[in-house]
Amino acid sequence: MKKLLLASTMLAGLTGAAFADGHEVKMGVILGFTGPIESLTPNMAGSAEMAMKEASDSGELLDGKVIVPVRGDSTCTDAAAATAAAERLVTAENVVGIFGADCSGVTTAIVNNVAVPNGVVSISPSATSPALTTVEDKGFFFRTAPSDARQGQILSDVLKDKGITNVAVTYTNNDYGKGLADAFASAFKASGGTIAISAPHEDDKADYSAEVGALAAAGAEHLAVFGYVDKGGKGIIQTSLDTGAFDQFILADGMIGDSLIEAIGDDLNGTIGTLPGSDSEGAAMFKKIAAAGGMEKVDGPYMPESYDAAALMILAMQKAGSTDRAEIQAEIMGVANAPGEKIYPGELDKALKILADGGDVDYEGASNVTFTEVGEAAGSFKELEVKNGKFETMKIR
Amino acid sequence: MEILNAIVLFTNFVVVPALSYGSQLALGALGITLIYGILRFANFAHGDTMAFGTMIVILLTWLLQSWGISFGPLPTALLALPFAVVATAAMVLVTDRLVYAHYRRIRAPFITMTMASIGVTLVLNGVVRFIIGTDDRTFFDGERFIMKAREFKTWSGLNEGLAIKSSQALTVGVAFILVVVLFWFLNRTRTGKSMRAFSDNEDLALLSGISPRKVVAVTWIIAGGLAAIAGTLYGLDKSFGPFTYFQLVLPMFAAAIVGGVGNPLGAIVGGFVVAFSEVMLTYAYKKFATYLVPPEWAPDGLLQLLGTDYKFAVSFFILVIVLLVRPTGILRGKVI
Repeated sequence: MKKLLLASTMLAGLTGAAFADGHEVKMGVILGFTGPIESLTPNMAGSAEMAMKEASDSGELLDGKVIVPVRGDSTCTDAAAATAAAERLVTAENVVGIFGADCSGVTTAIVNNVAVPNGVVSISPSATSPALTTVEDKGFFFRTAPSDARQGQILSDVLKDKGITNVAVTYTNNDYGKGLADAFASAFKASGGTIAISAPHEDDKADYSAEVGALAAAGAEHLAVFGYVDKGGKGIIQTSLDTGAFDQFILADGMIGDSLIEAIGDDLNGTIGTLPGSDSEGAAMFKKIAAAGGMEKVDGPYMPESYDAAALMILAMQKAGSTDRAEIQAEIMGVANAPGEKIYPGELDKALKILADGGDVDYEGASNVTFTEVGEAAGSFKELEVKNGKFETMKIR
Repeated sequence: MEILNAIVLFTNFVVVPALSYGSQLALGALGITLIYGILRFANFAHGDTMAFGTMIVILLTWLLQSWGISFGPLPTALLALPFAVVATAAMVLVTDRLVYAHYRRIRAPFITMTMASIGVTLVLNGVVRFIIGTDDRTFFDGERFIMKAREFKTWSGLNEGLAIKSSQALTVGVAFILVVVLFWFLNRTRTGKSMRAFSDNEDLALLSGISPRKVVAVTWIIAGGLAAIAGTLYGLDKSFGPFTYFQLVLPMFAAAIVGGVGNPLGAIVGGFVVAFSEVMLTYAYKKFATYLVPPEWAPDGLLQLLGTDYKFAVSFFILVIVLLVRPTGILRGKVI
């Protein structure tokens, strides 16, 4: 055992020595590898590391530097554990930037406790809480996932275009549901609409007749459901149809799923909804390289956003021409937005070359990245409608 | 016309759901009240006994469906129900032999038996989750509606629809038949009379030659059978989930106590009192009122007394009030 330990220490020492000649750049990857979204994070981390590998293999990054990802566990729920993991990466591993975190709560903790105090950039692929828009980040926090506030706005626009002005809203009683319902309510009211009633529902109940009765009493014809497709949201829709309370529904991302159509059937035709994402060129290219890169899934949630978050950090490093944390931060907005040559997944070597020659790039990536002033993805959403028992994309917004 | 609309609206969203929910609670509360009256303890495991019975029904329903057997317009679950009643009765008899028989022998106090039933709850809940999983399941097949809201609207020409699900009609019908049979059994048969005698005065009943073993066994069989039926009706009407059934214990106990614990008629009254209060207190009366008052008086607010989140609090609230004001319940039962 002792020998084995000794041997592995030596081996580790050797590998370290191989990189220690200045070709190694460490990048933090903080996601909830344990916890409620542990089934998603391996593919998210894989996507980010795919971008790092792509840049390393090109040999163009800062004259042939190699990026070494260092993983940390955010746990998704435990802010203290996430802070400790980030602290370790920043101080002990000396990473140039943090890819992550994933869930909104731990992301806020890392931004406040580690990223901003240490002046390290962190780019989250999946934190969608509207509260992160106004977090005191001194410009060190970015996200490639759109805020839920954005989805609220998009939903409101969709309804406006359809001429729907009075809706009842029910949301799952947690941060996601409440945040989205609030965002939707303020956008919808601003555009002249009326929210007849906004009531929460609990998931995992057998009976939603009281909830539906109250919603129906408010007198709106359309019901917006911001919940989860396999939980309370489905019960609400089923009960609404059974009692004849509503027959027209508006759904947000958590409610979009084929299992809903399987459960409800034809009565769902005409239902409208929104879902983050686009059918863009970039999304298709990402799927191609993900398949070629041996990823076990090519269309998992937040995989494109993960690739984009890592790519942005790499391109900013190249543009800055250094691995200095502050200089990377200064360049992120520049590579994410126009002007410059548009860059899609799999074209990182091209982008690195352009930047090395002093040119400009406008990274589009897999998820059509365009950052708003506060450094978050404006985000594109699909407008969906159920037609003949299928969700069909009507429009990209 | 306006008044008719208001009545239909109220019926659709308050009366119909509360009637079926009340029947389900009443059947559950009957089981609780029988155990309380005759075996003299509060059986917290009743909710999970319901879950166990329903689980058997679901498993058998799947089996029958895989054989291609159905029950015409009625749910297949009804075919499986008699077997589930037998299985559940057997299960509670085994539990009684393993757990409660011991405490009866040592003449354990009320609270010890009740605590033991909480232990049984946890075990049963684990067993059910282990066998069928924690997911929500719906197992209703056959014709879903007796009357659809849209059809009612076109038929009556009213603004408001009235929907009656076949599961709701089934619930009320089955509950009514069961209650009639149960009362006939308790009041007219020899075994039923001996059970009532045992409940009234155990020592006197024993002296007059009533076999305690038989009384205990019959009580468990009836309670188990009622639990399986109540659980299945609830599951057919709503959906089955092991935790949902566990949560039903509170409103069922509230129903039993409000009605007068130990008094079977009280359990039925209590079931409907709790169900109607839950639904009526959390219903928003805005649309209802709009139909009844002149347009210029139409309310802006929702006229909702309590948010639907507080539905469960209603049972607690009724329970506390009844215990404070009339501890014996509406129809005189025992003091708990």
